[in-house]
Amino acid sequence: MRALNFSRRTAKEILRDPLNILFGLGFPLVILVLLAAIQKNVPVPLFTPESLTPGVAVFGHAFLALFAATLIARDRAGSFLARLYTTPMTGADYILGYALPLVPMALGQSLATYGAALALGLRGTANILWAILAGLPAALFFIGLGLLCGTVFTDKQVGGLCGALLTNLTAWLSGTWFDVSLAGGWFKSLSEKLPFLHAVELCRAGLRGDMAGAVPHLWWVLGYMAAAIAAAVAVFALKMRKN
Amino acid sequence: MAEGVEAMGLTKKYGDLTAVDGLTLTIPAGELFALLGVNGAGKTTAIRMLSCLARPTAGDALVGGKSVVSQPREVKELIGLSPQETAVAPNLTAEENLLFMAGAHGLPRAEARARAAEVAETLGLGPVLRKRARTLSGGWARRLSIAMALISRPKVLFLDEPTLGLDVLARSALWDVIRSLEGVTILLTTHYMEEAEALADRVGVMAAGRLLCVGAPAELMDRTGTDSLEAAFLATVKEAGMG
Repeated sequence: MRALNFSRRTAKEILRDPLNILFGLGFPLVILVLLAAIQKNVPVPLFTPESLTPGVAVFGHAFLALFAATLIARDRAGSFLARLYTTPMTGADYILGYALPLVPMALGQSLATYGAALALGLRGTANILWAILAGLPAALFFIGLGLLCGTVFTDKQVGGLCGALLTNLTAWLSGTWFDVSLAGGWFKSLSEKLPFLHAVELCRAGLRGDMAGAVPHLWWVLGYMAAAIAAAVAVFALKMRKN
Repeated sequence: MAEGVEAMGLTKKYGDLTAVDGLTLTIPAGELFALLGVNGAGKTTAIRMLSCLARPTAGDALVGGKSVVSQPREVKELIGLSPQETAVAPNLTAEENLLFMAGAHGLPRAEARARAAEVAETLGLGPVLRKRARTLSGGWARRLSIAMALISRPKVLFLDEPTLGLDVLARSALWDVIRSLEGVTILLTTHYMEEAEALADRVGVMAAGRLLCVGAPAELMDRTGTDSLEAAFLATVKEAGMG
């Protein structure tokens, strides 16, 4: 009950900030349209709707970390969390209250991205639903990372970390804009050890309906997701107790 | 004393720094008590311990008859806090902030609505109820902050520097609001002498973490042979060798 009350507040705070809509939804859609236009003029296999759309959807989810981190860091800085700590709310209420509303937002991002991709030439099949579902572990990873960063860093710091750094890492190391094999060496190796490339490949496999091909990537993303959420919960609880 | 405050040797240390040193104080139910002190005197730390935001290094306090050390959850059911920063949710309207705080205290929706209307009426928030909190002036935001602290019908209300940064008119209006609160034990901190003189039944003078004296403003003036609370405050602090 208290968690739902808190999640309603979280949703309103995020959705009423026009910058969040601009970055979380507008920016990925602009990139999708732009690359689709390039694809029309200079066909590149990587920029076909089937290859590009999952990458853009995962890229959009990276902004969820920025939303969560900024909100928590601001709540801490402005004593809003201190006020709430004097109420009977529990640690679980806070974590769920911050995280829950971001899940439907992730689904909304995916629906908008795949909807736009359909208009740009993506073939409409039932596999789109699998691809959207396959994006959820990555969304939860980003949400967990946002909770963690917002708990540890200031609102100015999370702007750089979750805004600039994380979205760039997601863009460069996910194999969305270019094939990481082309860079090869340590770049490819690093990409394969981080979750971004696996998250995109997981969604691509979902879009192809290739369940067997999805499984190895799923484990990578689930592992990172579990680690990020566990770290966020542990650090948040520690910070609460430290008071 | 069941609804008042009783601090017994309350101490908070941060490493070598003793922020509050053996605070012993009794505030009867229904009294408005002001803790006076310059910046860094330990007033906010005292409130943080009494509202279960900081765990005492030593000592204990009973708030509404419950221990801040061993019964923090029960204490949180009895208190309201308006922190030094206004601590409101900026993208929520004033009314949504009130409903949200009611939910954080576990009030059912219908009761929360009724309570929000009641508190809004008491604090004269009618003209700004539908406005987003981030658009409110300092005076209105402070009123909203106090209303949020009152939403759960607290037995004990903590107001940390409630008029800090307000202009004369807004401060005077807020004083009227605070005076109108009946049946609540109020502990406010301030470094404005005229505020303590205008509002408080009794005041306590703090310096360097220690409570130097307690009494009605007139008593303190008598005791120090001065004709204003400010002069009494200065005499008390100098007498203790801290001025």
